Amino acid sequence: MTTTNAHDPEGYWRATKRLTISLLTVWFLAGFGAGILFRDALDSFKIGGAPLGFWFAQNGSIYIFLILIVIYCIKMTGYEKKYGIKG
Amino acid sequence: MSEAFWTYLFVIGSFSLYILIAIRSRAGTTNDFYVAGHDIHPALNGMATAADWMSAASFLSMAGLIAFLGYGGSVYLMGWTGGYVLLALLLAPYLREFGKFTVPDFVGDRYYSKTARVIAVICALFVSFTYIAGQMKGVGVAFSSFLGVPYTAGIFIGSAIVFVYAVLGGMKGITYTQVAQYCVLIFAYTVPAIFISLTITGNPIPQLGFIGNVNGTSVSLLDKLNTVVTDLGFTEYTATSKSMIDMFCITAALMFGTAGLPHVIIRFFTVSSAQTARKSAGYALMFIAILYTVAPAVGAFARLNFIDTVNEATYIQDDENYEERAASIRAEGEKPVPEWYKTWEKTGYIQYEDLNGDGKIQYRGPSAPDGLANEVVPNRDIFVLANPQIAELPSWVVGLIVAGGLAAALSTAAGLLMVISSAISHDLLKRTFAPNMSEKQEMLAARLAASAAVISSALLGAYASALPFVAQVVAFAFGLAAASLFPIIFLGIFWKRMNKEGAIASMLVGLISTFSYIVYFKFMGGTPDGWWFGISPEGIGFAFMLVSTPVGILVSLMTKAPPMEIQELVQDIRIPGTRHSHGMAEGGMAPIK
Repeated sequence: MTTTNAHDPEGYWRATKRLTISLLTVWFLAGFGAGILFRDALDSFKIGGAPLGFWFAQNGSIYIFLILIVIYCIKMTGYEKKYGIKG
Repeated sequence: MSEAFWTYLFVIGSFSLYILIAIRSRAGTTNDFYVAGHDIHPALNGMATAADWMSAASFLSMAGLIAFLGYGGSVYLMGWTGGYVLLALLLAPYLREFGKFTVPDFVGDRYYSKTARVIAVICALFVSFTYIAGQMKGVGVAFSSFLGVPYTAGIFIGSAIVFVYAVLGGMKGITYTQVAQYCVLIFAYTVPAIFISLTITGNPIPQLGFIGNVNGTSVSLLDKLNTVVTDLGFTEYTATSKSMIDMFCITAALMFGTAGLPHVIIRFFTVSSAQTARKSAGYALMFIAILYTVAPAVGAFARLNFIDTVNEATYIQDDENYEERAASIRAEGEKPVPEWYKTWEKTGYIQYEDLNGDGKIQYRGPSAPDGLANEVVPNRDIFVLANPQIAELPSWVVGLIVAGGLAAALSTAAGLLMVISSAISHDLLKRTFAPNMSEKQEMLAARLAASAAVISSALLGAYASALPFVAQVVAFAFGLAAASLFPIIFLGIFWKRMNKEGAIASMLVGLISTFSYIVYFKFMGGTPDGWWFGISPEGIGFAFMLVSTPVGILVSLMTKAPPMEIQELVQDIRIPGTRHSHGMAEGGMAPIK
């Protein structure tokens, strides 16, 4: 890949770590948080005919996991451009 | 057309397709055989990963488990999908950048140690054999219940098919067959679900039907299910008898286990770069999510249908003419036992004992308000298999389900066989005990190892029919992968200071502790009262991961740092495209692109 940006591996690795940690935080909150730990509190809300916490445990968390990976792919490709890394 | 006709048609048709693909994609080099030439498109690899991943347990058992466990079944849904986030973010791109053939290969080179490599081989073999027994059991079940083929013979037919494409084509053959198998299995899973969702909720999309209302009423499906099951004395569907800590640990064990499973990880060695490995993980989860978001709907529908058709139905004896007797029962305004029930009774999957002598089937939970005892015991696996019949769907749908179940079991079995054969031919022979083997000899060794693995797993499946439900057997493999493999792969990438001593200690602690706990509580008479902190054997892998990880870190800190070249290598794999040659660690690496 040709790029005009300067090759900056340290910057790339810092950005990667930051992104990884923030996405994993959401991962934890969606799966373990919404589906298990705070399930009872969320159940006072409803999505369609399903209690929200229950729905997160059986369906919602899966959608969020998928979105997280998509965001990761897009962001990482961006970082590779920005820091001049050959992806 | 009869069910048997359609079943034979779909099964023989799909099997021929797999064989055809295998013949067209024979492997010529070890590079083809182990990693399909490192050049599979990320979307195709995602599809193959999805088939590789979704096993007989996902296809046959999971919806049934959810149907019975209700909210408690969520551990499988979250656990078996959330692991892909870990895989995509923490492992897959880096491992691809490392450019090895197998998981023990990474461990052996990253930790510059033959001992570490051999222990990783043991972990990989252990995990894979545990897992493959479940697959073979699934194959036997599908054959024996639909095709009238005895259980053991069914396993041998299935193994013969896997044998042809795994031994001939290696990873290359397996990849393309898995793509075909994904298409078969996802079609087979979603079509009946759509029909059933339409019947019960009036909505063709199962995910929406699941949160919708029961057809023609203003009661939501889940409310209705809660009422029905509590009336019969079961726990509410949206509640669970599992404790919160146990739910947490099982989910975590399944997630970290997923990320540590060798047969999943090796799929990411088949793509061309770190970037494609990330994309591929995204595709994989997308293809998996299609089945996993439908499964809870299937489970809920199945539970409701089962109660509707079986509870309080008048039993018909085997020596009576079913049609006549059913007609006379209907004339009396009662409901006869459904026809599918009689079919499945013959397989031993469902049993009825008339405890109160009224000739009707009472289905009751442990705390039934009317005080009646439960008289019917269904095996959870039949809920997907018999679902089309329970919902009175056309007979071709039944055939489709069988072909789908077989596709799920065979694709996973093939992926596991690759792990077993490459662990033996590449890691044990080529990289440890016989480094002077030529490429040709290594190929031969790989094929022989794959053959031996097929045969032993067939025997294992044939004689393991006493094992508990497919999904529960498989759950053990996850605990072992989470406690022994995940920590050292993760630390190997994110902590340069992690050394050989730490890795060996961590793997041994994880493997031995998890194995002993599971064996004690599952097979040696341990009771739930004795569970540590209330954590079941399914979830213990996570707890022991929290032990094996710090053990690895402490031991590393107390011993000397890894050689400089290893630390530089770790630095390199974090930044795509910067990998240099690093002396001893370079052996057997894929070309640097």
